[in-house]
Amino acid sequence: MNDIATVSSDLAQLAYALDTFYFLLMGALVMFMAAGFAMLEAGLVRAKNTTTILTKNVLLYSIASVMYLLLGYNLMYLNDSWAGVVPDLGFLIGDENTTDAVLEGGDDAPYYSSRSDFFFQVVFVATTMSIISGAVAERMKLFAFLGFAIVFTGFIYPTQGSWSWGGGFLSEAGFSDFAGSGIVHMCGATAALAGVIVLGARKGKYGSDGAVNAIPGCNLPLATLGTLILWLGWFGFNGGSELMVSNVDESNAVAAVFLNTNMAAAGGAIVAAVVTKVLFGKADLSMTLNGALAGLVSITAEPLAPSALLATIIGGIGGAVVVTSVLLLDKMKIDDPVGAISVHGTAGIWGLFAVLLSNSDATFGNQILGIVSIFAFTFIASLLVWFVLKMFIGIRVSEEVEETGMDAIEMGMEAYPEFKRA
Amino acid sequence: MKLVTAVVKPFKLDDVREALSDIGMQGITVTEVKGFGRQKGHTELYRGAEYVVDFLPKVRIEVATSDDQVDSVIEAISKAANTGKIGDGKIFVSGLEQVIRIRTGESGTEAL
Repeated sequence: MNDIATVSSDLAQLAYALDTFYFLLMGALVMFMAAGFAMLEAGLVRAKNTTTILTKNVLLYSIASVMYLLLGYNLMYLNDSWAGVVPDLGFLIGDENTTDAVLEGGDDAPYYSSRSDFFFQVVFVATTMSIISGAVAERMKLFAFLGFAIVFTGFIYPTQGSWSWGGGFLSEAGFSDFAGSGIVHMCGATAALAGVIVLGARKGKYGSDGAVNAIPGCNLPLATLGTLILWLGWFGFNGGSELMVSNVDESNAVAAVFLNTNMAAAGGAIVAAVVTKVLFGKADLSMTLNGALAGLVSITAEPLAPSALLATIIGGIGGAVVVTSVLLLDKMKIDDPVGAISVHGTAGIWGLFAVLLSNSDATFGNQILGIVSIFAFTFIASLLVWFVLKMFIGIRVSEEVEETGMDAIEMGMEAYPEFKRA
Repeated sequence: MKLVTAVVKPFKLDDVREALSDIGMQGITVTEVKGFGRQKGHTELYRGAEYVVDFLPKVRIEVATSDDQVDSVIEAISKAANTGKIGDGKIFVSGLEQVIRIRTGESGTEAL
């Protein structure tokens, strides 16, 4: 082999290694979002339900990993030359790339490890499932929740995901959702909404006279830590979704995505704080945290094309949207202890429309098509699963368990056994 | 002998302790308590919903004292725990029949 051929082969392999490394690192950042969700939720529930919510968070992540390995990834990504609605049923995750296939070059040549792709995608499905655990917290049976996790991460999420990221009909139509405001966040929120409707509100949340009662979270420092961990993880979520970093254009794109992601979160937090100050007379920390996350969700559908300033505004509007949505859901007696449905669902829908502000390829009609398709399928499929679980094993703990706390009875293990509670 | 029981704001505990030491009190007992007075607690906000905190945290201090020192104890606590704002607390004085030091068996004012 002559020298130039050797150098060019080495460079191609180096680029492959760099992009694979980047992909894995971003995936690891997204994995850390599991810690963010766990801490956020542990902070916003009452102390008596802490062990339960932590157990759910660890196990949902693990179940998502296993189900996505067995079925989900294959369902979502390994459909051959396909533009349909019902993905082919298949198992496991296919073969790793060979050096020859990488060096062949051309448009179809792989530029990162297929194992790194699985890793990056599996942390996304875990993120989607994490959204659900917060909304149904403090009253859902552990094993009902885990049962739902199996079906959701194995079938429901991958099926709707295949429509866009697996080459299905939504990607053919031109639905635009870069890192998943709809495919990940709204999808998770929709399944959560169906769950909350079947489950009902926490005891004492809504008075018979229409009053909305506060059930304050037990640990706002943990909730804040969780939010900031999610904020960090989001750089992996959006930044990794660029899929490549190994040339000038791609590096610039990744940097723009990081910058815009950060600006949107900042905008969301500021606007949510100001809106609550105006509405209630005090800036509400828990809503400010929701605002930062809503900003992140809002920019996720298009974190590349907007200017940094536009990204701040998109995130800021997300912050206003989330506060409004939390108050409206409470009026409708849809009890969501952590605001997950508003943060990921309502702000996710806003994010999908915000694509139109900066991406000229996106159309209003296609965004609507995506929103309606994902929502309708996820809602109906989830509702069905929740009902089946309710029929066979029951999804709600007894009143006694709810009053005493799920940790003491359902888990037999309290998170803070040495603390006395009033 | 008298038992002086004072319910004060928690952050005033150190001041009260110091004031009592200054007048020669040899020991106090402190309990974290909750309660309400004429204000009936206060309201807080969470996600736009107001809720009433019915019982506010206070600290209860118990001091056993001889009859001749009771006024200076009351004065020390009153001064140290006073902020001039609502919720400064109360002092209760009651008779004390007997005091016994467990280790030595001393009783009465000897045991104070």
